Amino acid sequence: MQLKKPKHIRSVLTAATSTLLAGTAQQAVAEVEIPWQVDSAFLYYSEADRVTVYEPVVAIRKEMGDDEFVGVRLVLDSMTGASPNGAMPTDSPQTFTSPSGASTYTTPAGETPLDTSFHDTRVAVSAEWEMPLDERLKVIFGGNLSREYDYNSLGVDATFSWDLNQRNTTLTTGLSMSQDQTNPVGGVPTGLSPVPTTAGIQKSTQETSETKDISGLLLGITQVIGPKTLLQFNYTFTDEQGYLTDPYKLLSVLDNNDQLRVSDPYVYEKRPDSRQRQTLYLKGAHQFGTDVLHASYRYYWDDWGVSSHTYDIHYRYELAGGRHYLQPHLRYYLQNKADFYHYSLQDNNIPAYASADYRLGDMSTTTLGLKYGLVLGESHEFGARLESMKQQAEGDAPFENNTAVIFQLNYSFLF
Amino acid sequence: MKTINLILLLTLVLSACSSMGVQPWQRGHLAKQKMQLDPYPLDAFLDEHIYFSKESSSGGAGVGGGGCGCN
Repeated sequence: MQLKKPKHIRSVLTAATSTLLAGTAQQAVAEVEIPWQVDSAFLYYSEADRVTVYEPVVAIRKEMGDDEFVGVRLVLDSMTGASPNGAMPTDSPQTFTSPSGASTYTTPAGETPLDTSFHDTRVAVSAEWEMPLDERLKVIFGGNLSREYDYNSLGVDATFSWDLNQRNTTLTTGLSMSQDQTNPVGGVPTGLSPVPTTAGIQKSTQETSETKDISGLLLGITQVIGPKTLLQFNYTFTDEQGYLTDPYKLLSVLDNNDQLRVSDPYVYEKRPDSRQRQTLYLKGAHQFGTDVLHASYRYYWDDWGVSSHTYDIHYRYELAGGRHYLQPHLRYYLQNKADFYHYSLQDNNIPAYASADYRLGDMSTTTLGLKYGLVLGESHEFGARLESMKQQAEGDAPFENNTAVIFQLNYSFLF
Repeated sequence: MKTINLILLLTLVLSACSSMGVQPWQRGHLAKQKMQLDPYPLDAFLDEHIYFSKESSSGGAGVGGGGCGCN
């Protein structure tokens, strides 16, 4: 927004002047050339021994006049590597069939089993249209479409913002709806059915594809506290219905001696088909001298028993009179497990729902990073950030830590 | 009763908010990009995508956004 402001004000002044000189508004509007704002980024995300993601993003936005904007964002997401399949490490090597059932892979003794057949490319397009409804009320309509080999998502949303109190208070309401469809390789496995242990044996499937419907509501208030302080408070509610299971995740089943049971040692996971998520989110921005602090806190809870705290802080430290800046980033996330999370299952005691996905377990994520920004002129800005992320088990959860490097380049310009 | 409490709370918050804020000519700092609540939307978008894939919580800052399989 800020990048284009000076030019935009100049355009408006030019328009106003030409209107006065020429006497006709139509002629003036024709002369106004509002540029496209282009924001681009390239993300490299790499986990130690697991997934690597390359993700270029381009977003363009243009003012159509009278505070009306249109924008489009295009994302390409290329993933390769290996992902934990949910089974636990054991003292001897373990062999698993790939999701297609056509081949097998073997995990060495003592190592976390990783599904090495994991690779995908995702393309996502989203568009938004922002328009004023009157002087104090605006609406943003959005739509998004995402496609990958085995997963599609289509969604729409609308966000209304109402300015009050000399634009010092803004009330926001947002609504969203989306439908996702999953077409897993080899079909959708029947929840908690045995995983074939040799190649060529067909797994038990319930369907070839499944869907889920997601509806979201946001209620928010943004308040200007003073000339250098801004606060935002949001409540969100999200309802998910349908197939919420990960069709590629398994659980180990142990016998009475805590050894993998001899027949059918692994079963597919199964999650409930409904989930209600809620969040309370508080965010603030404050300027210290020329530096700016952004801090946020989110409390999350859902009816799967998961709850979490997320703390996020960015401090923008200005250098050389605002031409460059350095921005340290600290994020800490602490999560309680879902009611049906199990590291492994016991033979003869299989519950109605179960998942060993560590992302549903007791865990924390700590991210530490630094961004460098270079303002190249009124309309150009370059940025680079490097961050380190560590996910670890909390309490007595026994799963292995996950560490990742995040590297991102940004470039913004007017076109 | 719950609705009345909610309306009372909202009225209280809004009346407290109406005594805060700045005059239009005091908005110099607030108008800058770096003082926006989301100054770099692509950074926030990519972070949301990473943590959506790696944690069980999501949302808070906005509505919508594209889904993914995210193994």
